[in-house]
Amino acid sequence: MNQQTLDNPTFLEKKNWTRFTPLERTSRFLFYVVTLAAIVVSMQTIEIIPEFLIDAPEQFADMFNRMWPPDVSYYPDSIHDAMLETIHIATLGTLIAIIMAIPVGVMVAENVTQNKLLNWIARFILVSSRSINSLVWALLFVAILGPGPLAGAFAIAFRSVGFIGKLFGEALEESHKGPIEALHTTGAPWFSIMTMGYWPQVLPTFWSIVLFRWDINLRESAVLGLVGAGGIGVALSTALELFFWDRVCMVLLSMLAVVAIVELLVTQIRKRIL
Amino acid sequence: MSNAATSNGKRKYVPKRNWAGTIAYILLAAYLLYVLTLFDINLQRMYVGIDRGAEFIGRMMPPNFERYALLIEGMLESLQIAVIATTVGVILSLPVGFLAARNLMPAWVTWPARAIIVACRSFHPVIVAILFVKAVGFGALAGSMALVVASIGFISKLFAEAIEEISLKQIEAIRATGAPFSSVITYGVLPQVMGRFIGFISYQLDSNLRNSTMVGIVGAGGIGGTLFAAFQRFDYDFVSAILISIIAVIMVAEGVNNIMRKLYR
Amino acid sequence: MTQLATASEPHNQANTSGSLVLKNLVMEYVPGVPVLSGISLELEAKGITAIIGPSGTGKSTLIRCINRLVDPTSGDIFFKGQNLAKLKGRQLRYARRHIGMVFQEYNLLERLSVMENVLSGRLGYVSAFRAWLRKFSPEDIDKAFELLEQVGMADFANQRADALSGGQRQRVAIARALMQSPDILLADEPTSSLDPKTSVEILDLMTEQARLRHIPVVINIHDVSLAKRFADRIVGMSAGKVVFDGPPEDLQNDHLKTIYGGEDWLS
Repeated sequence: MNQQTLDNPTFLEKKNWTRFTPLERTSRFLFYVVTLAAIVVSMQTIEIIPEFLIDAPEQFADMFNRMWPPDVSYYPDSIHDAMLETIHIATLGTLIAIIMAIPVGVMVAENVTQNKLLNWIARFILVSSRSINSLVWALLFVAILGPGPLAGAFAIAFRSVGFIGKLFGEALEESHKGPIEALHTTGAPWFSIMTMGYWPQVLPTFWSIVLFRWDINLRESAVLGLVGAGGIGVALSTALELFFWDRVCMVLLSMLAVVAIVELLVTQIRKRIL
Repeated sequence: MSNAATSNGKRKYVPKRNWAGTIAYILLAAYLLYVLTLFDINLQRMYVGIDRGAEFIGRMMPPNFERYALLIEGMLESLQIAVIATTVGVILSLPVGFLAARNLMPAWVTWPARAIIVACRSFHPVIVAILFVKAVGFGALAGSMALVVASIGFISKLFAEAIEEISLKQIEAIRATGAPFSSVITYGVLPQVMGRFIGFISYQLDSNLRNSTMVGIVGAGGIGGTLFAAFQRFDYDFVSAILISIIAVIMVAEGVNNIMRKLYR
Repeated sequence: MTQLATASEPHNQANTSGSLVLKNLVMEYVPGVPVLSGISLELEAKGITAIIGPSGTGKSTLIRCINRLVDPTSGDIFFKGQNLAKLKGRQLRYARRHIGMVFQEYNLLERLSVMENVLSGRLGYVSAFRAWLRKFSPEDIDKAFELLEQVGMADFANQRADALSGGQRQRVAIARALMQSPDILLADEPTSSLDPKTSVEILDLMTEQARLRHIPVVINIHDVSLAKRFADRIVGMSAGKVVFDGPPEDLQNDHLKTIYGGEDWLS
């Protein structure tokens, strides 16, 4: 027994058990240092004008004073139509995104598309789509298509492709191999394997991703008007430019209401289809 | 049963139709057509659009990095906004998320915490940024504060959900050893949620970085302001240089994030 | 204070030696629906006691009442001169430090290493801050390694608990319980998630370690043959009541019929 314990290498490290190996500890330590340094440098160099900061609560109070009561008459005048347009932008954008995202998602899933080059191309498309903010996409499409809701819908679509495509690809990669193998053994063609093997498996996930994105898109399409891409953002930006804070407030309240309704709707639909 | 009707001793197979699903698809298609007409989209407009798009892309090429000083300055400011917003956001999210976890806290604590989360989530960061620009003036401070609000809304919610999903068995085991409450947290709760927390934080850093390139459009600091100005001056070659830089920075950030997740798996 | 209260109890003399006395223990999760309806038991300071009975009859609740993971509705639990049923806060924690527990699903800290899991048995003694920094005393670490060798898991010290098999996990869980230097060991269905061979190995290990340390063991177990093989005493429960209490030799088919009901399964 004693001889055995002496031969046992763990016996030697008895006295100095530590949670991590030295390499782990060093890399963690380095990581902490880098994080801390980044925070400190950011805090020191960021431009903060103290007078502005001290003034902030007063400014906020002033803003809320000007906002209340909200200008209700602004809703039928300008908000209602713009709000509908916003919803259309978000929905159309999501639908266009679905059409573009399905092929890209299939291309990025390594188990479905066994071609490294195609995988990489798809991945590049997805990363580019997600890296550029929808507001920036809107700027691009306003420059191409001119101001209006169409630019907004395309901005939403191009931003959503990355999101839907990435999650759709991941869902495909996580699907069970069993049914796919079974279909392969029957000699089914590629397209049948897609529609009979993969699609039924990922269908609930797919629609839940789309719903999730639609929810996000409604919020995003609300600000696209700030750069001229249509929707409620146009009404907001007009009110802001003229410093009509009571109208701004009315716009914000309407947005809140729509977001709340949509959230309820999405939860209900999700319960039904999943 | 109803699918297999028997006649003449032979069974007939009638595939079951999902009528609700079919109707939903038809409605969706009809809606698509309606909106396309509403937005006055037709082939001619598409044709012109493609033409203009080609011209636009032509003007973007080649990217013009001549004003790199401006580019780097804006990019650094965006990075700073993202770092500060994530740090402050996480520090504030920890208590909010903890208080919102329904398995650890009573209802009268979780409700206010959940109200804070909903309030922070209800507006797009750009709109929050507009309000902060009004309150603290143009610049990176407004952008950072707007993204702090967005971070709280997002991370607290995920924190709370992660805490609600932990296994109570491990907590039971630690309680059975007679450990004090704080040790129950550090051994029973934290190891279960730490990996996911790190994941959320790195995700939020990523998301804040993307958003920090945008809040500049409403004057809240970062590269967005530079980008917006370049658009307004039709400097499309500078625009493409900025966009390429943003994509590059975000790809690097994704790499860093992956390393971070491996370290804390 | 509780010490004073219990001093007047007649069981006290036997009590300080480490025997466990349950008096009229009642537990209701839903008022009016007792899971335990008045359990009274006296367990000696040594030996293996197996509690058998059908699922849902309150075995787990009984064992969880002893270390107060579940609070009994009424009744007393005397152990080491204290009434465990009346303890609160810090005193309860201090009492728990002397009661080791092994769970059905091991309840290991999945994302932590085997060593951290064993050391977690000392959490009742180590300050929260030191525990957070993993600053355990060299004695504790030595002891943890010793225990890991005794349960045959020394080579796994730095592996994560979620990488282990069921039998290995239960070995680590036993080491964690022994790390507390307990005065009694509770085991809640320790073998229900294990295969038959591993079950025997785990029970062997547990009873051997308990005998070495001269501490009593209370095991919930639904496998009657295992109970007969390892226990010195068997307590049969049915519908929240004790319906059999005696040495394994006395346990006959008639008793099993009362405990589990029916008889077809006996043949």
